[in-house]
Amino acid sequence: MTTPEAALHYRGMRLIRSFEEQALALVRSGEIVGGIHPYIGQEAVAVGVCAALRADDQLTSTHRGHGHVLAKGADPRRMLAELAGRESGLNKGRGGSMHAADLSLGILGANGIVGAGAPIAAGAAWAALRQGSDRVVATFFGDGALNQGVLLEAMNLAALWRLPVLFVCENNGYATTLAVRDGVAGSALGRAAAFGIPAQEVDGMDVAAVRAAAEQAVVRARSGAGPSFLECRTYRFEGHHTMERRVRVNYRTAEEIDSWRQRDPLELCGLDPVQRAEVDQEIAQLIAEAVRFALAGAHPDPAGALDHLYADGLRPRAGAPR
Amino acid sequence: MTKLSYAKALNRALADELARDPAVCVFGEDVGAGLSGLTPGLQARFGADRVVDTPLSEQAFTSLALGAALTGMRPVVEFQIPSLLFLVFEQIANQAHKISLMTGGQIAAPVTYVVPGSGSRDGWAGQHSDHPYSLFAHVGVKTLLPATPTDAYGLLVSAIRDPDPVVLFAPAGALGVREDVTTELAPVPIGSARIHRPGEDVTVVAAGHLVHDALAVAEELAGEISVEVFDPRSLYPFDWPALAASLARTGRLVVIDDSNRMCGLGAEVIATVAEQGHRLRALPRRITRPDGAVLPFALGLDRAVQPGRAQLRDAVRAVLS
Repeated sequence: MTTPEAALHYRGMRLIRSFEEQALALVRSGEIVGGIHPYIGQEAVAVGVCAALRADDQLTSTHRGHGHVLAKGADPRRMLAELAGRESGLNKGRGGSMHAADLSLGILGANGIVGAGAPIAAGAAWAALRQGSDRVVATFFGDGALNQGVLLEAMNLAALWRLPVLFVCENNGYATTLAVRDGVAGSALGRAAAFGIPAQEVDGMDVAAVRAAAEQAVVRARSGAGPSFLECRTYRFEGHHTMERRVRVNYRTAEEIDSWRQRDPLELCGLDPVQRAEVDQEIAQLIAEAVRFALAGAHPDPAGALDHLYADGLRPRAGAPR
Repeated sequence: MTKLSYAKALNRALADELARDPAVCVFGEDVGAGLSGLTPGLQARFGADRVVDTPLSEQAFTSLALGAALTGMRPVVEFQIPSLLFLVFEQIANQAHKISLMTGGQIAAPVTYVVPGSGSRDGWAGQHSDHPYSLFAHVGVKTLLPATPTDAYGLLVSAIRDPDPVVLFAPAGALGVREDVTTELAPVPIGSARIHRPGEDVTVVAAGHLVHDALAVAEELAGEISVEVFDPRSLYPFDWPALAASLARTGRLVVIDDSNRMCGLGAEVIATVAEQGHRLRALPRRITRPDGAVLPFALGLDRAVQPGRAQLRDAVRAVLS
């Protein structure tokens, strides 16, 4: 059965999937330096949550942030240009994959430190209350962040002050290579329960289920009732980072990966094959255009390496001679 | 003419900025009670939703302030003890300081961090006696270290109005300073040094509470040696042109710096002066805490580690001999 929502969800997930596949190719060809943390397999979480958000709602993201940033509406052309380190990128080539941000869309930034986005989201939510706005803030984090004190502190403050925050845990089973069972005492939901935050487990491969749960959480946040916590059970089909291939680490069985691939969120979303083919074609063109745009962009002038360091224009003293 | 204390000056700066700009807000532990002397009366006047008592969650409320700053607020975060800055270095140096550049200038992070009682307070021992301004200056976070009540007022006002993250260290040794205030209090530009006492024979660079020690030594030596007391006020950015002008007059340099010697402010000042090729008439001297120092508890041991007037006097005499 196909619904307009299914078409929208599929399109969002297809965009992320194709973007990621293209980014992986550009990593392999050397156009993207430093590698990426692929989001492939987890698309339903970003798309489901962002479908529940308004344009003026905000989010903070993780080092595996491409999906969240695209789902919130970032221009894939400028996003790919950012990954390729071009002046035409979202962040003028100063942030790269792990720091992609578009403040005009409420994307307060991906973040290279696990758990670090949560208190920033809480602060944006606190400001929304102060400013009399009913906007809400979603903060994405992985299961690895469940052991970061700053996340738990942020959950305490959000619950205490009834901040409009959606804590979205993307439990993909691994903190880099450490399995959840070897890294998390208790449970994700138990962490939330300790602060009195309503929490539920969601099938993170089912975009409609994620969206339904996120909508509940958004309603709650907007009404002034405070934060919610979603544990989205998901899986990344690729490695933690593209570097992983080179070091040939082995921490997941082929059977496990295959079993999750059987539940590919793009297959599960219920869009009929004819409509899927149309979307696929549209997205393929979009991504091809993004590649052209990204690779045509100028590299930033090294003389501007410290531009934007200070908002007041302070110029630091030169270090290395030119 | 009124006597203004250092703590009252900071309190007045906060009150004036809270009154002037509705985006200004304060986060910290015990700020409602005003335990550290900075915030008395502010919560009653401006409300508990603008002067916010936080739980003991330094890392979270430091980045919460950043999140609020990114969305239109101008938060001031108070830390009651300087060593908490080690705990929140991630949130200041790795998050707030970097976000402007990392986003390609899309956003500014106007957060002010205030540390009343930085450095040694008698009997507070190892974990409460650091004076970690060098760390922030090294990273490039704007770092202020006012010596007097009027500078404390003026620099805090400038910090709050600045679009970037700023850390203001209020040294424990300066909190008791009082000053006759004859003119209206005004903002002090970040990055501007102040010469508290002009002199001809030697420039003593001193910041924070050590300015008062330097002034006392200068007074003591007056008639024998003419000491210029140079206070950078802002350690990053540092007013290098003003220092160059001072050295052009005196030709001698002593730096007194209440932080550890290795990679400290004293090292930076002397290295810069050497690099710029100032023709000094004597080798420069620096007085600092020792390398890797941790302040011991017993008062005599605590004092033995800190730079003091006797060392300064000796150093000034040495560069003149």
